[in-house]
Amino acid sequence: MRSWGNLAFAAAREVVRLPSRSACLPAGRPLLAWGNGRSYGDVCVNGGGTTIHTRSLDRFMAFDAASGRLRVESGVLLSEILDLVTPQGWFLPVTPGTRFVTVGGAIANDVHGKNHHREGTFGRHVVGFELLRSEGERLYCSATENPEFFAATIGGLGLTGLITWAEIDLRRVSSLSIIQRQERFHGLRQFFDLNHQAELDSEHTVAWIDCLAAQPRGIMISGNHAENEDSSPRPARALNIPLTLPFSVVNRATLSAFNNAYFHRPLAQGPGPYGPFLYPLDGILHWNRLHGRAGFFQYQCVLPGGEAPLAEFLQTIAASGEGSFLAVLKTFGDVASPGMLSFPMPGSDLAFDFPNRGATTLRLFDRLDAIVAAAGGRLYAAKDARMPAALFRSGYPGLERFTQFVDPAFSSSFWRRVMEQQ
Amino acid sequence: MKSILIIGATSAIAEHCARLWATEGAKLFLVGRNAERLAMIADDLRVRGQAHGVQAATFVMDATDTASHQAMLDAALAHLGKLDAALIAHGTLPDQKACEASVDMTLAEIAGNGLSVIALAARLANVFERQGSGCLAAIGSVAGDRGRQSNYTYGAAKALVDRFFEGLRNRLAPKDVSVLLIKPGFVDTPMTAAFDKGGPLWATPDRVAREIVAAMASGKQVLYTPWFWRWILLIIRHIPERIFVRLKL
Ligand SMILES: Cc1cc2nc3c(=O)[nH]c(=O)nc-3n(C[C@H](O)[C@H](O)[C@H](O)COP(=O)(O)OP(=O)(O)OC[C@H]3O[C@@H](n4cnc5c(N)ncnc54)[C@H](O)[C@@H]3O)c2cc1C
Repeated sequence: MRSWGNLAFAAAREVVRLPSRSACLPAGRPLLAWGNGRSYGDVCVNGGGTTIHTRSLDRFMAFDAASGRLRVESGVLLSEILDLVTPQGWFLPVTPGTRFVTVGGAIANDVHGKNHHREGTFGRHVVGFELLRSEGERLYCSATENPEFFAATIGGLGLTGLITWAEIDLRRVSSLSIIQRQERFHGLRQFFDLNHQAELDSEHTVAWIDCLAAQPRGIMISGNHAENEDSSPRPARALNIPLTLPFSVVNRATLSAFNNAYFHRPLAQGPGPYGPFLYPLDGILHWNRLHGRAGFFQYQCVLPGGEAPLAEFLQTIAASGEGSFLAVLKTFGDVASPGMLSFPMPGSDLAFDFPNRGATTLRLFDRLDAIVAAAGGRLYAAKDARMPAALFRSGYPGLERFTQFVDPAFSSSFWRRVMEQQ
Repeated sequence: MKSILIIGATSAIAEHCARLWATEGAKLFLVGRNAERLAMIADDLRVRGQAHGVQAATFVMDATDTASHQAMLDAALAHLGKLDAALIAHGTLPDQKACEASVDMTLAEIAGNGLSVIALAARLANVFERQGSGCLAAIGSVAGDRGRQSNYTYGAAKALVDRFFEGLRNRLAPKDVSVLLIKPGFVDTPMTAAFDKGGPLWATPDRVAREIVAAMASGKQVLYTPWFWRWILLIIRHIPERIFVRLKL
């Protein structure tokens, strides 16, 4: 059983697809929904249990093209929503770095995008949803109806029951192209300065960083939807990596060559289609296979406390010589997430891919964990495959309250790992 | 705007065809057994085709109840006005072993997959003939091309439809009516939920639907979908019977 990180996990005993949203939950226990498997680790894995594939719940229910309110079944992909609503001048209010995730998965991980400093998380734009519990009860949850289940299910890692459908508010856009701006930075001082300005000027901000450089350097990327220009996005043909390589092509030599070239490449500026800007990796299907059969870990954390912990974190990675092409830095704003276990909090958000080299990789993670814990930060469960229980507990103060809303018949490999390992 | 009647509209392949037609702004009449599922599908099609002014009406009917066919057809024509196309997509996949133990079950499967389709096609053919235009299509199966021990009850019903459609095609060709028999191979749908879906022969209902919609628009007569089944079946049909009887197929 493999999720997006290609790491091996225990397989489910049984996989079930619901014929419709009015169907009952299957009898097997424990239960867990699987959306489109875009989580890197084991939050969507239910080793030895029953996995409910939700992609069969892929129907639209209602769309008010005047107000932008959309009701859909939970297995609908964000890409399918974009295909439907963008020609009518609407867009997703918040979107992660891939559009191949389901609405249920986006709620259960309360995903964030490059516009967190303005719009907060996906969950903030959810009006309500139906939660199917294992006793057969169907709860409509919103900020005013069953508000506790609403808050527990947003970012609730699929543990509170099955989301059958949801209603979300879209946002208007006057154009589908995004005007982007890129600037190089040397050192964290300069990053924070550029980032501050970018957050004031732009809806979307993110930085790529060179994780091997002794002195942190990178490229600040920001963008806004164009005001009026009518350029429909060119549909690009996706490149496909057809099979998992026997070994990882990511090593110190390829990495430093790539990082050097990437840092010095001509910067992209000006208008372009939203696809390559918001979803650069969607253009390469199954790029995760480049990391080879052993798979890879993503380490994503948020570090409050400004420059000092961030500098220490980056130094630790540079010194280790491990790291990835994909190294992203963004700051989260203070727009509160509605979920009890939502990941974003004010601070620096860092995401790195590390090829799985076994013990060496895990030792580096231990050192990074210590920096995260000392800064009062947390790891992102959607990307996790190994965090220690203690770090999960210290990072998520809402955990105690959350456990009251967990459905007794639902569980996941992630949940058993972080709740039972101590 | 095209007016299309879909019988067995809750089947996965038919639903995916309807999604494609919805985004062209078609006028749809959906027939199926389950009122709730039909309503969900109709809502979905309305949203998908909203910008194109799609219309979708539903009608609850069990296709094996041939006495109800005329009332359904009257309602469909009243809603659609004219009939540009009709797709007959209902069917069940019988358990061959259970059929061997029960003649009643064998006959019920022949009635559901064969006779009910013929009853509908016979009525629809007259409508299309009067109109002098349109496309009549039904979902048969590659299983109808040769009797095999593993599912000859299903295969026999589908073969019956195949021959009947051949005759209709011959009769209606001068009238500008196209008669299409669709022969899908393995499709990953709820009907085949119990099968292991590994391997290159399995297709998604979405892909099969795209080929069906294109074939109906172009006036094709027989569609193997995906395309490679035409060649696989060409070989299977040409294996001499004396060798075929000894194969475990
Ligand atoms: C290239 C790439 C870029 C990414 N970028 C970002 C990013 O920028 N920001 C970000 O936040 N995330 C990002 N992610 C992570 C991704 O957005 C999340 O993991 C997302 O939740 C995956 O959705 P999914 O539909 O694939 O769900 P899965 O991974 O299959 O499941 C995720 C969780 O949702 C639960 N779930 C799914 N459906 C339901 C349901 N119907 N009811 C209840 N629970 C359900 C599952 O049980 C599981 O706990 C990225 C992932 C990739 C591969």
